[in-house]
This record gives sequence, structure tokens and C-alpha cells, in this order.
Amino acid sequence: MNLPDIEHITQELAGQVTELIEQRQLDNPLLVGIRTGGVWVAERLNDTLNSQDEVATLDISFYRDDFTRHGLHPKVQGSELPESIEDRHIILVDDVIMSGRTIRAAMNELFDYGRPASITLVCLLDIGRRELPIQPDLCGATLALNDGQLVKLTGPRPLVLTLA
Amino acid sequence: MIDPNKVQLTDDGRLKHFLSTEGLSRELLTEILDTADSFISTQERAVKTVPLLRGKTVVNLFFENSTRTRSTFELAAKRLSADILNLDIARSATSKGETLMDTLWNLEAMYSDMFVVRHSDSGAAHFIAEHVTPNVAIINAGDGRHAHPTQAMLDMLTIRRHKESIEGKVVAIVGDILHSRVARCQIHALRTLGAAEVRVIGPGTLLPADIDSLGAVPYYDMKSGLADCDVVIMLRLQKERMQNALLPSEGEFFKLYGLTEEKLTYAKPDAIVMHPGPINRGVEIESAVADGSHSVILNQVSYGIAVRMAVMAMAMSGQQTLANSEEPAR
Repeated sequence: MNLPDIEHITQELAGQVTELIEQRQLDNPLLVGIRTGGVWVAERLNDTLNSQDEVATLDISFYRDDFTRHGLHPKVQGSELPESIEDRHIILVDDVIMSGRTIRAAMNELFDYGRPASITLVCLLDIGRRELPIQPDLCGATLALNDGQLVKLTGPRPLVLTLA
Repeated sequence: MIDPNKVQLTDDGRLKHFLSTEGLSRELLTEILDTADSFISTQERAVKTVPLLRGKTVVNLFFENSTRTRSTFELAAKRLSADILNLDIARSATSKGETLMDTLWNLEAMYSDMFVVRHSDSGAAHFIAEHVTPNVAIINAGDGRHAHPTQAMLDMLTIRRHKESIEGKVVAIVGDILHSRVARCQIHALRTLGAAEVRVIGPGTLLPADIDSLGAVPYYDMKSGLADCDVVIMLRLQKERMQNALLPSEGEFFKLYGLTEEKLTYAKPDAIVMHPGPINRGVEIESAVADGSHSVILNQVSYGIAVRMAVMAMAMSGQQTLANSEEPAR
């Protein structure tokens, strides 16, 4: 299978995010990347957006619904969010969206930090197989994988996509 | 003593009970500290709870009184979103003649998922872990003279956060080592995590005879014992020991082993002072030291909650992880 050129998609996605921010009039948006891949993508987007804030990071390990099945990740790094996200426009960024469970966990965690004005979901790749009614607002590319196939993003620079 | 790891670890080496630091690998102890570190960050938020143990029932089973340990376990459970029941067994059914196993079976019948056990008999938590149904996790909150592993781990976390690493550090534990369940666990954990030297300082009557076999070096006076120490851990002097003629008097103990600003100068200039609490001011530690700039005694209390959250979350996950684990969902 031909995997898309991730660096190229990331650049395109950055343009789309800029447009969306203007179109929805998201004032002073905050980019929040989900560890680990989502943070790398968010940092790229932030370079283009020239945002005054650094990328915030979300570690959803304590919010996973499969924790009792898989256990904790041995090295939970913790989330790093600004003092308050109250009334902020959040752009939530992840590398790959599949079941939608990560995004659900991420939104649950965000609300424990405060009540954002809005959350916009941006994903680099959509590989389908959704298990929850969650769809990204923007998505770099859609991939149809064979059964049992997964993709893995390595980074942060350059971003490289491989089949796992 | 039976190998505790047969009971406290799963087949693939993860924690399913937390009974003792004895025999646990450096990797596992480090995993506990890393996990606790991340719980410290969640406790600095406006909303301090995380949903890890939502819907789980934790029972604080205290056969021996301890307000402080019990409350930090209670807070830890609550911050993991578990439901918690405090059972003061010392004043309840066992005093009416119910046996320990009957009490446990009753609690199991209430669908409890975890028991936090404090008992005056050494090996009590271990015994309970062997006899409860498979999916109930047991956390040892102190058993007799044997172990108090969460206290030892919170001390490790304190050293790591204030001295960057345990590796290469010289640590002195001062006071009644003989009767201390904390000291034994501390020595194990410190040795495993790479401390350069673990010293115990106290009168001969309060140091165990087999101290060398634990990997600690005995000292009988503060001046030589504290020389070049990075960390000084004071233990509480249990007043009941005084009656057994192990010590001449409190005043005499303070004179020889009480930590004063003057004695602290024997240690390294940036040494930290720790104490598991509750402190006896003027018996084992002088107020000027307890409240001074070297003291991290109150930090220990905060770290205690994070460490207890970590072992509770890890043990619960070890109890429930399916053997045929699938790929994590994205």
C-alpha cells in the first residue's frame, strides 16, 4: 500500500486549520495535542499558525476506558495545560483517529480543567473503524487499511508514517 | 517468610497486591514512583479526581488505629473516583467474636474490589491476600513489625523529587529501627534503587541484630553516622518502648539521638530531613529542624497521597487485566 507523504499532508492541514479558525472566528485558539503523536502534529500546526501560546499537551492515560484491560502505561507523563482553559477555543489535535475512544477520554479530561468555549477536532489521519459517534472537523487524509493493519507515526521531525 | 512476590505479582510480573517492597525489582519500584509523579500533577489541578477507579469499592480495613494513614488512603481512593468505606475493625465485629475470615467474607459479599489493611500482626496483609477471592486487591497499610510499603515508597519519592535521584545517595535512618516496619521496607527499597549507603543510627537496644544482612550499616552515634549524609530519616520514638527498659529516658534519647540543628551540621550542607509523622517535638527532633529549611516533612504528606493512588491504580489494573490483552484502542 502507498502511504501518503505525511510532511505534505501536515502542511495542507495547517492551511485548512488557519481557514477554519477565520471562518469560525475562533479568537485566541489553544492547540492541545494528545500524547504522543498528537503533540508532534500540533507543534507543526502551531509553527504555521504563529500562535502566541505553546502547544498544550494532554496525557489521557488516567482517562482511558480500557485501563482495567490494558493497565496503565508505564510512563504516564501527565498533561500540561495552561492555568485556565475556561472559555478558550480549543483545537484538539491527534495523529490517528480510529475508534474515537481516545477523543472521548481527551474531552472528559479537558472538562476537568474547565469549561472551554468550544472544541474543534483535527486529526492527521482517519483510518475508520469508529466505535463512537465522534468525527473530526478536519482531517489530513483518510486511509483504508486491511483487517488487523494499523499505522504508526514516528517523529517529531520528520514525521514518518509506517504500517504496523 | 514466604516469598511475597508469589502472592503480590501476576504471572507476567505486574502488581496485583502491594504487600511489601521486599523482592520487588528496580523496574517495578521505578514504575510506582513514575506513576506517583504523574498523580502529583493531577492533584495540582482544580479538579483533583481522575476517573480510573470509578465504580470500584475500596474498604479501609484498619484493625489498628491510624488516623493519618487511613485518611491519606481515603483521599487517594477518592481522587481515583472509587467509593470508599472506612471500617474501624478495632471497635466493631471482631470485638464481638467474629473471626477475621468471617469479616472478610462479609466484605467480599458486599462486592468490594480492594482492601487496604492495617493490622498489628506481622504477615496479616499477606495472609488476607492469600485467602480472599481472586479479584480483590490487598494493599498493606502496615502489618506489625513487618512492613509499611506505601510509607517506604513515599519516602523514596520524596528523596527522588528533592535530591533528583536515589542512586548514589547516602541515607541515614535514625531511631527505633528494631520496632519499625517502615525502616525495613525503606532499607529494601533504598538498596534496590541504588543508594550508595544505607545507615541506621540508634542505641544498640533499638537496632536489630541482623541489620547487616538487610544491607544497612549500623552506627551508634550521630556524629559519625550523619557524616556526609544526603538524607536523614528520623523515626518516631514509640513511647511504649520506654517502659520495656530499652531506653533510659526520653531526655537521654534526645541528648544522644535527637536531631538538632547542631547535629544536622554533621550531614551534607544540602541534606534533607524526613520523618514519617507524627513527630514528637523535643524527643526525636527539635522544632527548629522540623520547621527548618532542610525539612521536607510536609512534602512527604502530599507525596503520600500520590504514591497511594499509584499503587491502588496499579494493583487494580493487575487484578483485572485480561490475559488475552488486545491492542490498545486508538
